[in-house]
Amino acid sequence: MLVSAQSLAISVENLTVGFGEKTVLDRLSLDVRRGEVLGLVGMSGGGKSVLLRTIIGLIPKREGRITIMGTDTDYAETATMHNIGGHCGVLFQQGALFSSLTVQQNVQFPMRENLEISDTLLDELATAKLEMVGLSPADGKKFPAELSGGMTKRAALARALALDPEIVFLDEPTSGLDPISASDFDTLISTLQQTLGLTVFMVTHDLDSLHTVCDRVAALADGKIVEVGPIVQLINSQHLWVRSYFHNNRAESRSATGN
Amino acid sequence: MSYPALTLGAAPATLIVSGPWTTAQSASLERLVATSPSIDAQRRNVVIDISGVEHLDTMGAWLLERLMRGYQLQELKPTFVGVPERFRGLLEKIHDVNRRSPIEHVEKNRLTAALETVGHAAVDLYIDFRFFLTMLGAIGVSLAAAVLRPRSLRATSAIYHLYRVGWQAIPIVALITFLIGGIIAQQGIFHFRKFGADAYVVDMVGILVLREIGVLIVSIMVAGRSGSAYTAELGSMKMREEIDALRTMGLDPVEVLILPRIIALVFALPILTFIGSMAALYGGGLVAWIYGGMGAEIFIARLREAVSLTHFEVGIIKAPFMALVIGAVACSEGLRVKGSAESLGLQTTASVVKSIFLVIVLDGLFAVFFASIGM
Repeated sequence: MLVSAQSLAISVENLTVGFGEKTVLDRLSLDVRRGEVLGLVGMSGGGKSVLLRTIIGLIPKREGRITIMGTDTDYAETATMHNIGGHCGVLFQQGALFSSLTVQQNVQFPMRENLEISDTLLDELATAKLEMVGLSPADGKKFPAELSGGMTKRAALARALALDPEIVFLDEPTSGLDPISASDFDTLISTLQQTLGLTVFMVTHDLDSLHTVCDRVAALADGKIVEVGPIVQLINSQHLWVRSYFHNNRAESRSATGN
Repeated sequence: MSYPALTLGAAPATLIVSGPWTTAQSASLERLVATSPSIDAQRRNVVIDISGVEHLDTMGAWLLERLMRGYQLQELKPTFVGVPERFRGLLEKIHDVNRRSPIEHVEKNRLTAALETVGHAAVDLYIDFRFFLTMLGAIGVSLAAAVLRPRSLRATSAIYHLYRVGWQAIPIVALITFLIGGIIAQQGIFHFRKFGADAYVVDMVGILVLREIGVLIVSIMVAGRSGSAYTAELGSMKMREEIDALRTMGLDPVEVLILPRIIALVFALPILTFIGSMAALYGGGLVAWIYGGMGAEIFIARLREAVSLTHFEVGIIKAPFMALVIGAVACSEGLRVKGSAESLGLQTTASVVKSIFLVIVLDGLFAVFFASIGM
């Protein structure tokens, strides 16, 4: 399928990342289209989080090219990099909320640092974001330590959305949530993705999320993307690891119960 | 590049909204909405034409919603027209937010607020004291159990901690006490010389170091060095639920984690006090020789006359008690750490501050005690 460069949110070409002797990602290429939800699956310790962190610039790469919203991250000036920061929101696995700030202050933090708007508007926007992710204004007054797992993820998502990014990176958004919260969170991601027109790059292990939320799924094995496409394509993949991922006992029992 | 705009339309009571209404334009958008044109109150309906909006995100959508609510407050009936299909979902979503009345802040009376603070402080003090006593009690019980069943004592752990808080602390303790001894001697010589009493500097250094300064300085250093480490270790274990894990395995955290640490500290502090006192006397002697011109043999001879074993005993007897106080405070503060990283920092600070305070208070009590029994 030919996709023009304009419609790509993220384009990764021949990316190599390693630590010391070990090469984690080996000439990996992956495209994320604008407005799609891309799920990334892979072995534990196989480099999913490394890929995500390399794209957002937390881990240096050895080789290759990463283009975000048409800007090559290598050649971007500091100012443009800052702009890329505005393009991207990240939901870290543990939420990474600042523990010394309340939830509301956490959501306001990126806005306060980057925008010149009044405190009233800051408050209103923070409440708006919190309500959009399903939290109440009263939750905004709480500190991260007082939140449950699901609420932490929601609060962190609200913070990731603070600057109205075009791309949202989610690192295992449903891990550690009970099935009800996880499915609620999936729904939330879908609704927000549709209303805000977001591009979502999601690292996940949750088969339900892959089925319900993701437009396309990419499988990472041996440092490369071995298969990328709609979930059906991955289920029917011939690649050994991808096969065992989608055809183990848990995956089979899931499809047997009629999902 | 186009700019966001909000203008009065040709038709009466019509507003035209256009341009990009996004976060990047936030500052000018807020100004636009704040200075939105006033509409004659006679007209009931206000038409807001947003067909010219190129981009819209949450920020812009909220400001449009705010514009609308502003007119609603003026008893007008605003409506959006020409809503592009792609923005409809977002506008509907934003229409529902910020509906609940914000949580109001109850303004408190200054006086009652001040009284409340004092009350809270008093209650906190009481709770602190109770925690400390509970910890002492738990250590006592655990120690009794260890005495009855010596095999339950974690000797390896205790020796490891003894190595950390004792052996590894020797260089810094010796260095600091050496310097303090030297400083005391220098000050003594400088001021005593005015009335020809510089020989008495040996008495001052000897008695002061052996009775008070040696044990105090070492205790304060140990509180800062090892007490804080204890609090941070136990606190992070508490944060990561390791202590709960121990409990579920039927093990007593006091026995496994706290008792070995306290025992190590109780053994280490007298040793460190001894080393520290000797280093201080050495420092004092060195200064007396170099700065005061007093030969080593004279210094030692005078020292022998000036100090007795009693002075040394008074100092060293205090050390294990200081260790117990430091250890109990450090461990009880460690167990009071809650989920956040901030709380860990808070309790570590509290641990050091409280143990230094208690060490000094205890030293005062000992001074009264020793004076009354004539030591």
